[in-house]
Amino acid sequence: MADFLFSARDLAVGYQKKPLISGIRVDLRRGAILTLIGPNGAGKSTVLKTITRQLAPVAGKVYIDGKDLQSYAPAELARRMAVVLTERVRPEMMTCYEVAAMGRYPHTGRFGALTKRDHQVVRSALQRVRAEDIADRDFDRISDGQRQRVLLARALCQEPELLVLDEPTSFLDIRHKIDLLDILLEESRSRGTTVILSLHEIDLAEKISDLVLCLKGDRVWRLGTPSEVFSDEAIAALYDLERGSYLTSRGSIELSRPAGEPRLFVLGGGGRGLAWYRLLQKRRLPFAAGVLQENDVEYPVAKALAAQVFVHAEEAKKALLACEAVIDAGYPANAGLLAFAQENDKRIIRSADELD
Amino acid sequence: MKQKTATARVAVMFALLVFAFGAALVLNVNTGSLSIAPGQIFKIILHGGTDGTPAGNVIWKIRLPRLLAAAVLGGALSVSGFLLQTFFRNPIAGPYVLGISSGAKMLVGITMIFLLRRLSGVPFWAMMAAAFLGSMLVTGFVLLFARRVKSMSALLVIGIMIGSVCTAVTDFFITFADEANVANLHAWSMGSFSAISWRSLHIASAVIFAAVIGAFLLSKPIAAYRLGENYARSMGVNVRLFRVALIGLSSVLSAAVTALSGPISFVGVAAPHMTKLLFGTAKPAVIIPGSFLLGAVFCMGCDLIARTAFSPSELAISTVTAVFGAPVVIALMLKRQRRRENG
Repeated sequence: MADFLFSARDLAVGYQKKPLISGIRVDLRRGAILTLIGPNGAGKSTVLKTITRQLAPVAGKVYIDGKDLQSYAPAELARRMAVVLTERVRPEMMTCYEVAAMGRYPHTGRFGALTKRDHQVVRSALQRVRAEDIADRDFDRISDGQRQRVLLARALCQEPELLVLDEPTSFLDIRHKIDLLDILLEESRSRGTTVILSLHEIDLAEKISDLVLCLKGDRVWRLGTPSEVFSDEAIAALYDLERGSYLTSRGSIELSRPAGEPRLFVLGGGGRGLAWYRLLQKRRLPFAAGVLQENDVEYPVAKALAAQVFVHAEEAKKALLACEAVIDAGYPANAGLLAFAQENDKRIIRSADELD
Repeated sequence: MKQKTATARVAVMFALLVFAFGAALVLNVNTGSLSIAPGQIFKIILHGGTDGTPAGNVIWKIRLPRLLAAAVLGGALSVSGFLLQTFFRNPIAGPYVLGISSGAKMLVGITMIFLLRRLSGVPFWAMMAAAFLGSMLVTGFVLLFARRVKSMSALLVIGIMIGSVCTAVTDFFITFADEANVANLHAWSMGSFSAISWRSLHIASAVIFAAVIGAFLLSKPIAAYRLGENYARSMGVNVRLFRVALIGLSSVLSAAVTALSGPISFVGVAAPHMTKLLFGTAKPAVIIPGSFLLGAVFCMGCDLIARTAFSPSELAISTVTAVFGAPVVIALMLKRQRRRENG
């Protein structure tokens, strides 16, 4: 166990001694990133609150650096573990620098006076989260993305071995999400900081995690590396996706396919059909797609959005005849099918304007 | 760069406040219906007691205790308000606004009525103990309700309501009290710095200084608490103990004030806020001593106005502090509202 910076042993978490999730067993080496995913209300926050000692475990133990979490003195724990919480922080008259410097709390003396080294740590942390340019700004007057980075800098100022973040990317736009996760990855790789975080975005979870813990309802649904955990079917089952779908290979979330018999046939391939699939999906027009090889880049998307996808030309021809019109996305390998459609007097559509 | 100018600003403001404090002392001791030459005042004070002359009596028995009381109590109210604002994370919390002063007054009133029947006078420490119990009682009630409300104005309403109930209870007892006691009680309950004895001043000052030093020692966790309870805990603050300390210290401070002079309005809200504006920071290690000084100057100023504005009749000190303090509360509410609207 001493090899692991963080271990949970048969941990059960919950409120008022009622276990919400039990049987959590996780071991993390130094510098590893563990991501908690799962639908809303699956207990991600409850697990994180227990790990950060805001809640007492209902059963089982958490070990940090081989020592029982519950036996740490507050200051000792604060020098090992730092947190970024979901709650809104709006301190009055505090600059970003002051907020970050607050993280030196467990390292400073009676009155919290900052030494030269403390100032160095604060500056370095602000630099690592790319917030040194807003150091003197009022914390109240910065954007959500900047605020989250400054709160992360505050946590880094504690010089923690374990960093725990509860949904740090919520409310951030895509650029700030990427920025934030990049910083976490960098901290874990270059400084060996162990990171535990919860995420809503499964596509991002896949990219940042060494280990993924899927929570569903009352139990640990799956635990493993992203490649073990992430499959289209697994994600659909975890989130009870009945309408939309998740494509692991592309890391993309697809909305539900248009319902009904295919009305249009898309002759795609080589990526040329992608824009058409999305367009038809948005117009809610059911369609068939083909002929596509299974290793074609657009195959997964077609599979997710089309009513039918054809791999063989003969079956495709039959379906094509049943459609009202044929869309030619311009893929040379499907020239044969295009000729077949023209012979049968099918309307050929080559631009979006030609759709009704 | 900015760090340095901020530090310089704090130093300059402290110097200004100390100067204002000195000026208020001199002005207050020098103003009154009996004009006394500054040289003579100086001599009387150096003498360390009354020299038997009328001037000596006025200075030593009336003006000096009164102005020192104004200074100490103003400071105490201000620090008490700052602690409550930290606790409730609400800039308009204060001992008077939350009804805590009224609670202290209620128990002091009851104690006075019951003890005066049996004893010839009430010892000051008993009044302070009663005031402390009253403060804690009301704080307990406010806490009970505050848990259910999130908004700043709801907290204010709860405070006013609890304060009104306490005042009603006090009035109820006064109705059934002896005539002689009522006169005493009434003068005291209006909030006044007159007729303060050196002895009670000594006791109150000792308690207040101890509590203010206690508050100053808490400035590090107070700073962390500004980021919220959970962040404070994650940085190693023992939040439960800290909250008990905040409530205990603020209650001791407002109890000492109420026992000595009766409830005084709005200083606890106005002074810390003005201090923050003046110093351009909200760092507790600066604001605690700063607001003590500013509260002291503020109360001495208000007392001077109370004594001189309609001389020879005197105003109650609370009348004057309300005129200056209440607008600050309104301004704070408006500012909070704007802050919320801006996101």
